[in-house]
Amino acid sequence: MSNDPNTMRTTVRQVRYLGSAKSGTHHVWHMRLTSFALVPLTIAFVWVILSLVGKDYNTVRSALGSPGIAIIVLLFLLASVYHMMLGMQTIIEDYLHTPVLKTWSLMGNTFFSICIGLARVYAVLRLSFT
Amino acid sequence: MAEAKNRTVSPEARRPLSPHLQIYRPMLTMMMSIMHRITGIALYAGTLLLAWWLIAAATDARAFDTANSILTSIIGKLVLLGFTWALFHHMLGGIRHFIWDTGRGMDHPQREYLAQATLIGGFVLTAVVWVVAYMVR
Repeated sequence: MSNDPNTMRTTVRQVRYLGSAKSGTHHVWHMRLTSFALVPLTIAFVWVILSLVGKDYNTVRSALGSPGIAIIVLLFLLASVYHMMLGMQTIIEDYLHTPVLKTWSLMGNTFFSICIGLARVYAVLRLSFT
Repeated sequence: MAEAKNRTVSPEARRPLSPHLQIYRPMLTMMMSIMHRITGIALYAGTLLLAWWLIAAATDARAFDTANSILTSIIGKLVLLGFTWALFHHMLGGIRHFIWDTGRGMDHPQREYLAQATLIGGFVLTAVVWVVAYMVR
């Protein structure tokens, strides 16, 4: 987008008829989709954690590794990691305006989310299969 | 002359700006909007804690006991209490957004009630979970 100081044309005028990015509502829709899924999943996850309070290692291990609980926990972990990645992306886009800082932050957000998502899923799967 | 001088300033800078945050008197709905973001950021950081606990559980009994003893220390419990509250506050904030998505609850008294319900609901749910946690322990 041009920031030519010698034009009064608005930025919208400069991009009109160039075609849409065709992904305008994608972000907000996925935010809502994951929010909706996360309401029951969060309640279920808190329930799981409450059922494990004060339990010894073997009980926690076999509970987290049992199919029903593992699937609920995995759904919660996957939905929440995608949700938080989208949320942090919005925050970065809202507050960071320096191109370099913004790009690095967006990359950092994606990498952090993928790493944390993978690590947590790996941990639950390992509890399930070993 | 003034016109010629203005041409060196970008058109964006010449357009009028809407008032920014520091202009407004703090309001409950505004505070709740800010809290929604802050709790979101806190939960983002909190995923490290959950990842650490899950990895400890997947490693061995010793790692799990270490993680548990840190999490059940006074500082650990305070962090988890804050985590619980942030989770419920953010969840109720999300439900508030769903109500707004249907076009309801945006008028004056309703949006204040929704903000109050979110705030109180967050504290109540946190209290319920922690009371249950101490009961089942």
